[in-house]
Amino acid sequence: MDDTLLLLISALDSTLRVSTPLVLCAMAGIFSERSGIIDISLEGKLLAGAFAAAAAAAVSGSAFVGLGAAIMTSVVMALLHGFACITHRGNQVVSGLAINILASGLTVTLGVAWFHKGGQTPTLSGDARFSPITLPGAETLADIPLLGQIYTELLSGHNLLVYVAFIAVPITWWILYKTRFGLRLRAVGENPQAVDTAGISVTLLRYRAVICAGILCGIAGAYLSTGQNAAFGKEMSAGQGYIALAAMIFGKWKPLPGLLACLLFGFLDAMAVRLQGVSLPGIGEIPVQFMQALPYILTVVLLAGFIGKAVAPKAIGNPYVKER
Amino acid sequence: MSIKSITTGQSDAVGEQSAPPPAIELKAISKSFGLVKANHNVDLKVLPGTIHGIIGENGAGKSTLMSILYGFYEADSGDIFIHGHKKTIHSSRDAISFGIGMVHQHFMLVETFTVLENVMLGAEGGTLLNESSKTAREELIKLSKEYSLSVDPDALTGDLPVGLQQRVEILKALYRGAEILILDEPTGVLTPQETDQLFKILDILRSRGVSIILITHKLQEIMAITDRVSVMRAGTMVSERETVATSKNELAELMVGRKVLLEVDKTDANPAEILLEATDLTHEEGGVVLLDSVSLNLRAGEIVGIAGVSGNGQTQLLAALSGICPLQKGSIQIGDVKITPKAHYSPKEFRDIGVGHVPEDRHRMGMVNAFAARETAIMGFHEDPAFNGKILMDQKAIEENCTRLMHDYDVRPEDPSLKSANFSGGNQQKLVLAREMDRNPKVLLVGQPTRGVDIGAIEFIHKNLIKMRDAGSAILIVSVELEEIMSLSDRILVMFEGRIVGEVSGKDANAQQLGLLMGNAGNQKADLPPDEKNKDISNRKNDHSEEVAV
Repeated sequence: MDDTLLLLISALDSTLRVSTPLVLCAMAGIFSERSGIIDISLEGKLLAGAFAAAAAAAVSGSAFVGLGAAIMTSVVMALLHGFACITHRGNQVVSGLAINILASGLTVTLGVAWFHKGGQTPTLSGDARFSPITLPGAETLADIPLLGQIYTELLSGHNLLVYVAFIAVPITWWILYKTRFGLRLRAVGENPQAVDTAGISVTLLRYRAVICAGILCGIAGAYLSTGQNAAFGKEMSAGQGYIALAAMIFGKWKPLPGLLACLLFGFLDAMAVRLQGVSLPGIGEIPVQFMQALPYILTVVLLAGFIGKAVAPKAIGNPYVKER
Repeated sequence: MSIKSITTGQSDAVGEQSAPPPAIELKAISKSFGLVKANHNVDLKVLPGTIHGIIGENGAGKSTLMSILYGFYEADSGDIFIHGHKKTIHSSRDAISFGIGMVHQHFMLVETFTVLENVMLGAEGGTLLNESSKTAREELIKLSKEYSLSVDPDALTGDLPVGLQQRVEILKALYRGAEILILDEPTGVLTPQETDQLFKILDILRSRGVSIILITHKLQEIMAITDRVSVMRAGTMVSERETVATSKNELAELMVGRKVLLEVDKTDANPAEILLEATDLTHEEGGVVLLDSVSLNLRAGEIVGIAGVSGNGQTQLLAALSGICPLQKGSIQIGDVKITPKAHYSPKEFRDIGVGHVPEDRHRMGMVNAFAARETAIMGFHEDPAFNGKILMDQKAIEENCTRLMHDYDVRPEDPSLKSANFSGGNQQKLVLAREMDRNPKVLLVGQPTRGVDIGAIEFIHKNLIKMRDAGSAILIVSVELEEIMSLSDRILVMFEGRIVGEVSGKDANAQQLGLLMGNAGNQKADLPPDEKNKDISNRKNDHSEEVAV
């Protein structure tokens, strides 16, 4: 009994770890897409952020310098996306794809040029990484059954960025629904003309939205290379940006459902590792590839019928052109 | 955000002492787009507390002029005076701050927002929404009462009927302190009753000192509500009249630049045998019933008009009768051919058995913008041997065909190789009509015969439809322009929510009665909102749709 509980807690624990970059990227996607800009460049920003964080942390020895570098890099890429899509009204999917390819190529090229390790960055240790934080009272409470265990094993002992990710969700919600910026951001994704005729600049508003997305993706990137792992590795984002995008759509472009979708995908991922080689009664061994594909299958199946129609922001993908 | 008090004039006006300066004065406004002079030396004076109509054909420059006033565009030259003071308007924000509000033809509303959120947008008054929405709600309720514009602040905007959405637009402008309200073609989407309602609101606004500019191409609206009217033609202001001192005919002549026949000149119809009979057509899409047991017949030598607020199944009806959409239930008998869900006919086969179709949305279905006129002129008939050689198409025949059609149907410019998109709306429509009518179909379906078409071309199109009727074709017309339906049709069917709710003979029809049928007023509950109880029955359309909103 206790073993099952511990197993479950450890599975949930790794769910949180795995979900962190997804949650941050999904929130990033919400900012961008709610303003009407399709953001498949989550993946590229994540990867570039991861590289920048690892590189800067390796050089400076500070995880926070790495974080700053990741945010800056990711924001620059977001601005590039904005420049193509907002200022020049380019195709948002093409621009996003270009940024993903750019990030994928540039990180390896620069990695090889700077560190001569085949695209890897030097292994980070000590202050160059975000190390686990023990929440106050975790040790004393550890002995209390269930609640204490949950607190100590599950909630405590993650690095700073994990907490940042989960705090980012209510903050995103608050910005979106409780502030003037949020009201306008939602409006510009639905009907940019309404925003324009109300005397607000559509361009500026959308730039601010993609910058928000850039910041969040940067944090996610830093988490990948300086929190979850101790170095940058080639293509280390491994499609997580796309999963986050799927989670965001699955969550109907809303923060809380988006979070839940990310957790679900994270949980599947955590289980995939645990179920590797395990034979389930009646089913037999589940191929690991199937578990890895499950988030995508789930997205398609659930979106196709079980959850109801996901209604995208109306103006998404359409560059704003003053009419007449 | 405070509401500016509405004043009809200001004491520090330049010059005159007794008469207040005009609310708006435009002097020699010019604006070009490339080589096109959209506005050329336009002058306009709008007196405070009046409704000033601006009338003109499509492309006469009305909208450009108003966009300049509202800060969408900047004029190339010319001056704008507001209450006697010269102002420069660089953006909508400037215009709003000078007390100008605009209700656009296509509403500038966020459909997923509540009424309150829409009203607040851009005028929130603080970084956080909580407090601003509280004050906004109070202001909104106050304004609603003051101007009898009742709307539920918490209703989802997209669920409201267009009449109420328009109120939200007006409230938006008033909330921003507008003393000058521009309405761009406000009645295009309204039922006659909603139009009456709007005019009542405008009347109240005028009595409170709001100056209103009403842009329209409908003569009867100018006559019904305005104090003064300015006529624009080809980018210039051709004249200004006191409304009481002018007439529809005079205005039409000023707009077009020549005498225009406003009334359709036709004799009584002599309906003969039934050419098309539709029985029990029902169509459902995604759980929404678009057509609900529609039965109708079309006889040789008559024009049947379908009246209705757009979106009540007319589009689906045309799609079913032309074969664009396979039947789900019911049947269509054309001559000795019976089309049923099992025996489907493609649009091409429909054409082959003598059904012509001029689609409602010519840009989407009637033509290809990027095609040359000669190509548009054979669309749908491109497999006709007359246009085809053994392998390649016969370009000469295609060209000749187009030249002939252009000549017969007065399509200008008469250039078969000009891109379809580069013709004016009226000429595009004439080309599409020419293509369909030239085949002498037994049955002709026409969706929105004169949408976006100038008065001159309307006259021509109407004349040709009548001519075709007299030659023995059965014609079905779907139009949102009630006047057009009434003047052309020998029989009028009214559609509401996919059903045919009434039939009126063309001669006996009047707008009031049709309007009631269009809103299906007969079947609605009578619990009107309190402040509307004293008003006429026309409110019931709104009332009904509020029910839908909940």
